[in-house]
Amino acid sequence: MSREGTIRQRFSGPSLRGIFGRAGSLLLPIALALVVTLLLLLLIGAPPIGSLRLLWTGAVGSPGKLADTVMAWVPLALAGAGLVVTFTAGLWNIGIEGQIVAGAVAATGVARVVPGSSAVLIPLTLAAGVVGGALWALLAGVLKTRGNVNEIFGGLGLDFVASGMAIYLIIGPWKRQGIASTSGTDLFRREAWLSTVGTTSLVPLAVALAVLAVVLVYLLMRGTMFGLRLKAVGKNVTSARLLGIPDERYLLAAFATCGALAGLAGAIQATGVQHKLIPAISGGFGFLAILVVLLAGFRAAWIAPIALFFAGVSIGATQLQLRLNLNSALGGVIQGLLVLIVILAGGWQQRWRSRRRREPEAGAEDG
Amino acid sequence: MEATLASIVAAATPLVYAAVGETIGERAGVINLSLEGTIMLSAMTGFAAGFVTGSAIVGYAAAMGVGMLLAAIVAFASIQMRLNQIAVGFVLTLLAVQLSTFLGDSYVGEAGPQVPSLSIPLLERIPFLGAVLFQQNLSVYGSYVAVVAAASFIYRSRRGLILRGIGERPEAAFARGIPVNRLRYLYTILGGALAGMAGAAFSLAYKLGWRDGLTTNFGWIALAIVIFGGWNPIRAAFGAYLFGALQVAAGKLQPVLTGISQILPLMPFVLMIFALVLVNLRPLRDLWDSHPALRAVFASEPPSGLGTAFHPE
Repeated sequence: MSREGTIRQRFSGPSLRGIFGRAGSLLLPIALALVVTLLLLLLIGAPPIGSLRLLWTGAVGSPGKLADTVMAWVPLALAGAGLVVTFTAGLWNIGIEGQIVAGAVAATGVARVVPGSSAVLIPLTLAAGVVGGALWALLAGVLKTRGNVNEIFGGLGLDFVASGMAIYLIIGPWKRQGIASTSGTDLFRREAWLSTVGTTSLVPLAVALAVLAVVLVYLLMRGTMFGLRLKAVGKNVTSARLLGIPDERYLLAAFATCGALAGLAGAIQATGVQHKLIPAISGGFGFLAILVVLLAGFRAAWIAPIALFFAGVSIGATQLQLRLNLNSALGGVIQGLLVLIVILAGGWQQRWRSRRRREPEAGAEDG
Repeated sequence: MEATLASIVAAATPLVYAAVGETIGERAGVINLSLEGTIMLSAMTGFAAGFVTGSAIVGYAAAMGVGMLLAAIVAFASIQMRLNQIAVGFVLTLLAVQLSTFLGDSYVGEAGPQVPSLSIPLLERIPFLGAVLFQQNLSVYGSYVAVVAAASFIYRSRRGLILRGIGERPEAAFARGIPVNRLRYLYTILGGALAGMAGAAFSLAYKLGWRDGLTTNFGWIALAIVIFGGWNPIRAAFGAYLFGALQVAAGKLQPVLTGISQILPLMPFVLMIFALVLVNLRPLRDLWDSHPALRAVFASEPPSGLGTAFHPE
């Protein structure tokens, strides 16, 4: 599909006015999304306020729940940081789900065969995840740059292949002792597990890696020649080429970076959360991260807080299922509504401003 | 043999509706990427409305309403707001899928109305073809009508020429006094109505009933089929039948290939996407382009205004 369609991308840093502007432009849509959610709850006959309170306590109500929320933040932040890079290059990396799976599969492969202690095993599994994800993303990249295959459909196809591969391994070569089942492989050796804090699910190493990834991507986009050139490629590939930027190399680098971070997320899901490979190892975090990045307006600085909010909604929603027998998809509904309304409101603001700009007197105090 | 081919036609029917609808919208220049979500939510809504009222017709109307509403959001966002069509469609997909799970929870496993089967007099007696094509349900017959009507509209009517014009050269069409954006609304919403019918064709005709993820991945496949079909409704229908054939084949192989039976249902999706990838590979594209006969069958050039906003001012 054509490049003209790429979203208006703004990469200005978080100036004070920018922060207040962004927060302000978020408040109204959040309120609107809340109202629609309340109406939906009334529609299906659930207690609206009680449900929302349960959503909140389900996300942060106890140290254990807070740990779950933070651990859902990790893959969202990793995938989100990666997607900032591909979006900057003007790419829709729909293949990110498959890249998460590929990372988890690679990490599982290492965890199953490599002997030794945690000090050896854990760096190797995580590195395998990074490599697996990056290679899987490069496949989509090469299909695009060499095969002229739109990255949305190439990525989608590779998503199907990755999940087929995971299922095949789980019921085939890596099946559990005695019985093959789609519920997953045997648990990894203890040495391959990422260590947690107390009895909670919190893995400090995973959180540290996710924070590091977000910071690195922020710096990469803000302060490096690579980031600047990638922006040029994303905005207009033809003029970037005329300026002497090797656009194919930049596009592939963007794919590989995103895939590496997605693969790391997959490796962490396998070794730090599930402790085995399951068919749904990506948990839908890849697609959800696309929503996070859309809501963040493609800016790395906003990935962390928005991903945390999304993680809280996802984890809190599971309590609705347990306590009120409400389907936990409500969490996804809230996330989707919020992004849709924010995008539409952003479009409305842009239109309104450009209309004002055309009238000379009113155009002065723009913003 | 006839029975197998007839089951392929039945399996492909929802995709035919979706692919024809999307073809019309994309011909006008608007990508409705929300297809995956639209089909899922309209399948759920169509079933729920049919279940509550006991009428499949009401179910179809509700499903089409959902499809039109989601398409109207895509059209509004891309035409009025000039937002990225991919972004809006993707968000709508995730939202609609979650909504279908959330709102459809209480309808899972219920038995609802279904589209009646009906053999067409005379035509059903045609040797071979009769058994394959004309001993089906009304939803299947409707899909034949949709394909033929869309193809003759696009290629044989004046309005169809205008439709192609607003997708290829919106500026030129506008200069000739054609209300480009109004027509883009119309055709996007029409495409949405057909996507809604695709959803109803699942829950009220082909798969009967509602369960979570009933139509998973079919919307993505429909989008791929539109490209595979080179934005031509007849070629798109063939793409849908090809996919139906893969699905039926996978189903038949399941008891035979027990070792990989769990991943067989996934294979048609993989193969279909890679069929799309193959016809797009550069060396093959060059081959299509150099042979006029192959070009008509395989070449796929998107409408040049696809995915872009048109500003009259």
